[in-house]
Amino acid sequence: MKLDSKIPQGPVGEKWSNYKEHAKLVNPSNKRKLEIIVVGTGLAGASAAATLAELGYKVKAFCFQDSPRRAHSIAAQGGINAAKNYKNDGDSVYRLFYDTIKGGDFRAREGNVHRLAEVSVNIIDQCVAQGVPFAREYGGLLDNRSFGGAQVSRTFYARGQTGQQLLIGAYQALERQVGLGNVKMYSRHEMLDIVKIDGKARGIIAKNLVTGELERHFGHAVLLCTGGYGNVFFLSTNAMGSNVTAAWRAHKRGAFFGNPCYTQIHPTCIPVSGDYQSKLTLMSESLRNDGRIWVPKRKEDCGKHPNDIKEEDRDYYLERKYPSYGNLCPRDIASRAAKEVCDEGRGVGKTGLAVYLDFSDAINRLGLETVKARYGELFPMYQNITGEDPLKQPMRIFPAVHYTMGGLWVDYELMTTVPGLYALGEANFSDHGANRLGASALMQGLADGYFVIPYTIGNYLSGEIFTKSIPTDHPAFAEAENNVRERINTLKNNGGKTPVDEFHKQLGKIMWEYCGMARNAEGLTKARQMIQTLKADFWNDARITGEINEFNPELDKAMRVADFLELGELMVVDALNRNESCGGHFRTEYQDNGEAKRNDDEYAYVSAWEFKGDNQEPELHKEELVYEAIQLQVRSYK
Amino acid sequence: MKINLKVWRQKNTNTSGKIVNYVVNEVNPDMSFLEMIDVLNGQLVRKGEDPIAFDHDCREGICGMCSMVVDGRPHGPLHGTTTCQLYMRNYKDGDTIYVEPFRAHAFPIIKDLAVNRGAFDRIIAAGGFVSVSTGQAQDANAIPVEKAVADNAMDAAACIGCGACVAACPNGSAMLFTAAKVSHLNQLPQGKAEATRRALNMVKQMDAEGFGKCSNIGACEAECPKEISIENIARLNREYIKAVFTGE
Repeated sequence: MKLDSKIPQGPVGEKWSNYKEHAKLVNPSNKRKLEIIVVGTGLAGASAAATLAELGYKVKAFCFQDSPRRAHSIAAQGGINAAKNYKNDGDSVYRLFYDTIKGGDFRAREGNVHRLAEVSVNIIDQCVAQGVPFAREYGGLLDNRSFGGAQVSRTFYARGQTGQQLLIGAYQALERQVGLGNVKMYSRHEMLDIVKIDGKARGIIAKNLVTGELERHFGHAVLLCTGGYGNVFFLSTNAMGSNVTAAWRAHKRGAFFGNPCYTQIHPTCIPVSGDYQSKLTLMSESLRNDGRIWVPKRKEDCGKHPNDIKEEDRDYYLERKYPSYGNLCPRDIASRAAKEVCDEGRGVGKTGLAVYLDFSDAINRLGLETVKARYGELFPMYQNITGEDPLKQPMRIFPAVHYTMGGLWVDYELMTTVPGLYALGEANFSDHGANRLGASALMQGLADGYFVIPYTIGNYLSGEIFTKSIPTDHPAFAEAENNVRERINTLKNNGGKTPVDEFHKQLGKIMWEYCGMARNAEGLTKARQMIQTLKADFWNDARITGEINEFNPELDKAMRVADFLELGELMVVDALNRNESCGGHFRTEYQDNGEAKRNDDEYAYVSAWEFKGDNQEPELHKEELVYEAIQLQVRSYK
Repeated sequence: MKINLKVWRQKNTNTSGKIVNYVVNEVNPDMSFLEMIDVLNGQLVRKGEDPIAFDHDCREGICGMCSMVVDGRPHGPLHGTTTCQLYMRNYKDGDTIYVEPFRAHAFPIIKDLAVNRGAFDRIIAAGGFVSVSTGQAQDANAIPVEKAVADNAMDAAACIGCGACVAACPNGSAMLFTAAKVSHLNQLPQGKAEATRRALNMVKQMDAEGFGKCSNIGACEAECPKEISIENIARLNREYIKAVFTGE
């Protein structure tokens, strides 16, 4: 199968306009007859479901949480980028496009990223009109701040709760459509399989998590807006429920998986304190606007109280190594630099796996109240978790898994390799290359949902106007449902003894050790073996208590871990295949003094993996990345 | 440290529940409250017993999913904190802690500590939005908003929809939740056009869901993890009265 990315012809700045002008349309009376399933209600899912319903399609939306408002987009703190240039500091659509491509270490698609930058301005307009309370200046106009990987201030924010406010805006738009009867909302439902008829996605099997019943739902098209898979590491900044199941089930039904090994390790998280820990908490990247990162120059000083270490004995290593971006260099670089100083033995805190993020200069410059106001909840949150006051002594931070750039392979229309099956937001692979810049995830989720899919889906559905709703007693629905039922029964009745979390933690340790911030062929090969063994143990020995037909979070968790085990192996396979370092994928064999060394001659492609059967080698398909508007170059933030 | 837990166990909505005693040894002060329950659940699974069902997701105090009454207080003893952000360093060795679900007529128990808060979504669907479809917006800076107004709206919009206000209220009223949304949107210029309809429709839905009436007790504000002020209730009352006299 040849991958067709369907990038429109023409100069990069005209592709999206050209596409929109020529895409097929569906007239209003036909829209009413077309049903669309949206799985996931984060920024991408809620915005897509609301917008498609506004257009007149019949929408069914699903989320596993008790309310669509709780999707994990809500936890994004810092902000959302847009090329508004309200600061008159030289920003433009081209610059946002270029920064995103460069931040992604030249492994993203030009066409998609330019479109993202173009619609970024519409997103801010839309959100403000919805009543999202962005930060404002005294003149009543919108305020901006800076984020990593950019030299302009283009980030819009709502205190330290930007994701929450944007999601609530999208959620309210969604609920408006629910109230109008245009969207049917299914909360506490988890998608467990895709139904394909004649090669096209035609529905899903969803589990009602309250009753345990399996339900069949038909749709002319299915949108997966199900987020990323960072929880494969067990410890991550993701919510406990974030999972890969919907995406993985789609993969097993024929959707290729793009760049699974590209994982973002965020530099500023609260360090791990013990084995009981269930998740890691992010401290927003926006803190790097005012916070300075340092470790002691000498190992001997690491045990001292940070306030007792003199200025001349501190190593502000990011400012030293990357003078032009300093503390605002991109995430992959900041994370790797933190690992490096800790590996040198200059890490701080009980475990030696932490660096300082210091606000004392900012407090001296701006005053305590200004600094407190700028970061709202973040300081109390840190204090609550660690018992230390970051206004009196520096925060201790360490990198943690945060975001996955990889995801289902999609073409320019956001369609996967299964016709009628789309992937939006973090669930797809398309816009961030090998590293995502801060404040770009919110932008991408909303771009896909509000402004891309409403145009591109018409191009497909215009060909489906004669397709009547397929009754769910069709054999394809029965087959998919039986497939799910069998998996549940096998797992439930294996006579196992060990809690699911134990397997998940072990998987996380393997992934972090061998497929985390630094990877090499030897470790990855070993990891693959370990995951296969763990997977076999899991199916034999995971204990699921309770009944199948009841509210059973333990069973739901087990189904997710089963899929993480398979995904983990594919991530390792992908990391092993990519014999270069780029962005978040750092292979220790390929480096220039600690900087990632890309190999554009051999690896300037997207890895799209095809599932070939359980315990079969996946097949690699390559989508060559063609750069027309920009020149490939070594990424430098020095 | 050793912690004694007295936890509400209830098989499903239709059965009655009871308090069951558990002991968790080796609780680390740096653990979160929910991590302590994870540890207990791990032990229960090993014994082949049903673990305690509870809602939780982000574990960083923003999603609003966690919903426990800890020692009689929604989200536990700390002010302005969700259960997931409650850490065991706030307890001492040998403490006994009662853990119960959020209780309200409009929040039926699903199992153990998990409740159904779908009523909140229906209140929002009744009017908690600005009717602007995608594509209809003008330039973001075309509507200046006074900073103080924007800040006030943000204070109200900080609500995480957890339902602690309802659980805290002896009447099981959802006034603070409803008021926070009306207050967020009605203060902003973008929300003015349908301010009247919003106040009327949301209050109507709130009543239809079986929430109790507000009698200005103030427990909602005291227990709100986001410290949403009852000033918002005063604002809702004003908006509602205005709407009754001027509205449809």
